Amino acid sequence: MLNSNVPSGPLTEKWTKHKFDLKLVNPANKRKYNIIVVGTGLAGASAAASLAELGYNVQAFSYHESPRRAHSIAAQGGINAAKNYPNDGDSIFRLFYDTIKGGDYRSREANVYRLAEISNNIIDQCVAQGVPFAREYGGLLDNRSFGGAQVSRTFYARGQTGQQLLLGCYSALVRQMHAGKVKFHPRHEMQDLVMINGEAKGIITRNLITGEIQSHAAHAVVLATGGYGNAYFLSTNAMASNATAAWRAHKKGAYFANPSFVQIHPTCIPVASEHQSKLTLMSESLRNDGRVWVPKKKGDKRNPAEISEDERDYYLERLYPSFGNLVPRDVASRRAKEMCDLGNGVGETGLAVYLDFEDAIQRMGRDAVTEKYGNLFDMYKQITGENPYKTPMRIYPAIHYTMGGLWVDYNLMSTIPGLYILGEANFSDHGANRLGASALMQGLADGYFILPYTIGDYLTGKLGESISTDHEAFKDAETSVKNKISTLLSVNGERTVDNIHKELGLILWENVGMARNRAGLEKAINEIPKLKNEFWQNVKVTGTADELNPELEKAGRVADFLELGELMARDALNREESCGGHFREEHQTEENEAKRNDEEFTYVSTWQYKGKDKPSELHKENLIFENVELTTRSYK
Amino acid sequence: MRVTLKIWRQKEADSPGFFERHPVEKVSEDMSFFEMLDMLNDQLVLAGKTPIAFDHDCREGICGTCGLFINGRAHGPLTGITTCQLHMRSFKDGETIVVEPWRAKAFPVIKDLIVDRISFDRIMEAGGYVSINTGGTPDANEIPIPKANADEAMDAAACIGCGACVATCKNSSAMLFVSAKVSQLALLPQGQPEREIRVSNMVTQMDKEGFGSCTNTGACEVECPKEISIIHIARLNREFIKSSF
Amino acid sequence: MSLLKSVFISSIGKKILMATTGLLLCLFLVIHLIGNLILFSGPDAFNLYVETLSRVKPIVRAIEIILSLIFLIHIFFGSKLTLENRSATPQKYNINSAGENSSFFSRNMFIGGSILFIFLITHLSTFWYIFQNQHDEGNFYNIVMGNAVGFGNPIITTLYCIAMILLGFHLRHGFQSAFQTFGLRYNKYSGLIETVAMLFWLIIPLGFLSIAVWFGIVGGGY
Repeated sequence: MLNSNVPSGPLTEKWTKHKFDLKLVNPANKRKYNIIVVGTGLAGASAAASLAELGYNVQAFSYHESPRRAHSIAAQGGINAAKNYPNDGDSIFRLFYDTIKGGDYRSREANVYRLAEISNNIIDQCVAQGVPFAREYGGLLDNRSFGGAQVSRTFYARGQTGQQLLLGCYSALVRQMHAGKVKFHPRHEMQDLVMINGEAKGIITRNLITGEIQSHAAHAVVLATGGYGNAYFLSTNAMASNATAAWRAHKKGAYFANPSFVQIHPTCIPVASEHQSKLTLMSESLRNDGRVWVPKKKGDKRNPAEISEDERDYYLERLYPSFGNLVPRDVASRRAKEMCDLGNGVGETGLAVYLDFEDAIQRMGRDAVTEKYGNLFDMYKQITGENPYKTPMRIYPAIHYTMGGLWVDYNLMSTIPGLYILGEANFSDHGANRLGASALMQGLADGYFILPYTIGDYLTGKLGESISTDHEAFKDAETSVKNKISTLLSVNGERTVDNIHKELGLILWENVGMARNRAGLEKAINEIPKLKNEFWQNVKVTGTADELNPELEKAGRVADFLELGELMARDALNREESCGGHFREEHQTEENEAKRNDEEFTYVSTWQYKGKDKPSELHKENLIFENVELTTRSYK
Repeated sequence: MRVTLKIWRQKEADSPGFFERHPVEKVSEDMSFFEMLDMLNDQLVLAGKTPIAFDHDCREGICGTCGLFINGRAHGPLTGITTCQLHMRSFKDGETIVVEPWRAKAFPVIKDLIVDRISFDRIMEAGGYVSINTGGTPDANEIPIPKANADEAMDAAACIGCGACVATCKNSSAMLFVSAKVSQLALLPQGQPEREIRVSNMVTQMDKEGFGSCTNTGACEVECPKEISIIHIARLNREFIKSSF
Repeated sequence: MSLLKSVFISSIGKKILMATTGLLLCLFLVIHLIGNLILFSGPDAFNLYVETLSRVKPIVRAIEIILSLIFLIHIFFGSKLTLENRSATPQKYNINSAGENSSFFSRNMFIGGSILFIFLITHLSTFWYIFQNQHDEGNFYNIVMGNAVGFGNPIITTLYCIAMILLGFHLRHGFQSAFQTFGLRYNKYSGLIETVAMLFWLIIPLGFLSIAVWFGIVGGGY
């Protein structure tokens, strides 16, 4: 049984009480500790900066050239906080409630409540850093409603909120770099976690320019390395986003929680060719005025303008008369895929549905549409070459975010003592589905306001402990990393890394995507190991180990996705219910809606690595709900 | 369509570089420029040759990682976009496309088309922040900011640090980049306490890194993918003059 | 940063020196042009103007020295910045379509300025030198119109016209660039500054050109 270390007492007082109960590190002693932070996106940069401000010595690592390149930068919509500035009835409890409910009751009450509590501090912090949030004419902060929320609690900086928040953390981080409290290692990729006496004591990295394998020792290791959406090959993640750091920590003993919980975003630009490298998300707000439809006739390849009104199926409006085009992300995504699977999809590939603004342009006028969506229309035109003012947009769902991740307790510590996991890399707060504008909130909460408190509790016991990279654990880990790299380079087969990655992506998308069923999942569990085998027999990686070698970097990452992909399928197979982003076709209501099984599955499925080619072992963390009642979503 | 790439190859920082020609067949108009390069790289890998190294990540124009000098223009022939947002429909069938890395003393080539822009980080380290620690900040609405100032600060803050301004400038000047941060913080009340020291330190660091000086040609604002105006350079100059007295 | 360091060491400081000296030289051009335009009032007026100037020789000398210093600073720092900027761009692009993003003259101020410098030397060694050594009152007008160094000589007139056109382009970029360097550019007033700058870079060279064209090419005169 996993111990989540959630403090006792009433929900609203848990964090306050816990902060008091946590042991403190004497200010004069903080400089005697070294902490490694891997990943410098929102969570990692905010953590590294905050820890350095407290006096710890921080070593920060990123495979990017600069912390400002992290994919947190691409978040468009905004960041939630329970400020209740618009006076519309928001509160910490309401944000907590919405997040728990939005996560379909598969997250921990105490963590989510703490997140809602901290949300307000985050906004204060970011504003003080000079983040240029949108403002009203009176000079105060503007809020908008986002992702179907009933209150306006989303703070935003045009369509670039993630960028501005990341640059805020980045500024705090460079300040500490300047002060000498953070040593930043750009273009360094973590290759392995080093354990000494069962605790995380360092990492092995590869210098991506020279190929040098290096050891780094510390009193604690923090991973803030993002999600694993790129397992699907095509996703809205950045090209380099990967699960390697998390997966290698998993193989060293950190349990992986809810790997099958991924979020699919309904309004992405569809795949245009077999060479498509990634998918681009367009703001969900488009569904506020656009109408989703497909031709009623299967395989109808006519120009949409020639398809008359009664030949069109506005399926979301038909199926969900009250919510219509504004149903939640997972429902909109699933229905789009269903229409395409039935043969009603549009475009070259048949893998798209229309999002039509003709009515909106008639109703509001072209200028009003431009005012609201102009930049999105421009972006669409830039990518597809089509003018959405004249012809409907084509959209299709894409993998966007992963709710699953390494398991952490209330202190954000994994099952490995001394290893902390932050941001999208952990599983903590979003349950089976993440609400819009909550990812930024969670990353910053973890980094600015949770880890700096909780890590001290672990560190106090380690005062005076000297850790050196001379320890044989480092030597062993270095050797195994080098061996893995040379194996990759020596296969010299006939398939490129991308080619195998694409095949993995297709298996996952087809079987562990929006709608899953037993047969498909079993198929994936059968096929992925074969593909993994194929990879190690037949991959071709050019170049050498001691140079900048992007093919080698990709190969290492894909090797891990192949293992993680199988676990995702196993987890999805184990969870015999539909909840949030996880839809099992066997478990749906008569109206084809998700059917949860609270009796049997109100738990976090947590997987322990058992060794090469051995099935992982499932451990359950039961979720206990004392403050909310479990209800069923309905959008009819 | 078919294009021929005349592309810069350079094994590592110290080795001499040269142009290499690669015909690329079966290019679709809907491909992005990078997808065309991916396709070429796939072919190179299968032929046992070294693929072309280029920096890229988000492929949606926001991370600032990518940056190629294509046919004599930073980020290619269009304005207001990054290289990753460029599609093959912007080129003609049969065209020869010349692809070069950013060229500036302060951006040394690492390999092929990848350059080192760490000098930008060091300029930021010199003062691109408000010196506050985590926690203990006032309520966000205790700092009212006129909407016009907040909007203009956001215009400047949109900088993605890609370096196109430096790459396109005949002097390799980093003034647009530096001005974006100085201007953002000069416009906001949060930036006031360190207003003078910030501009002074950032400009000193900029000069130290070996960037050239600004001769106001305005090329940077034309090529900036986020269309940041040189009005921010004017503000930087003003701030610098004020800080000197 | 100390003021001295800001001005002479930093890149912006050197630019400010360029802008300051540039604008002072613009002021000189205005005064010079006004003086030259007196030619249109006939020989008597012009000769009187030159004689008046020679009567306050110490003041003129002082101004000349200051002016030379301004020129020297402008030329020295212009060259220094150019060299520094060259070293900031050690490797040129194989193809650079700079014409798509900036004007030719804005990119070639150093070359334009160098040609103007040659003109300046020639101008000083002819007109200015002769004027210094001319004691025959009433003859200044004739020197200007003569064919030794004046508009009577078609080659000199042509070169003069070319130099004035170049001056126009130098001013076209330099004048508004100075305002930008001083930070005198605001969204609100950018239209105003642009208009003033345009009038300036057009009027000054046109003024000088009008004299050369009228007396040298059209053959006007008294």
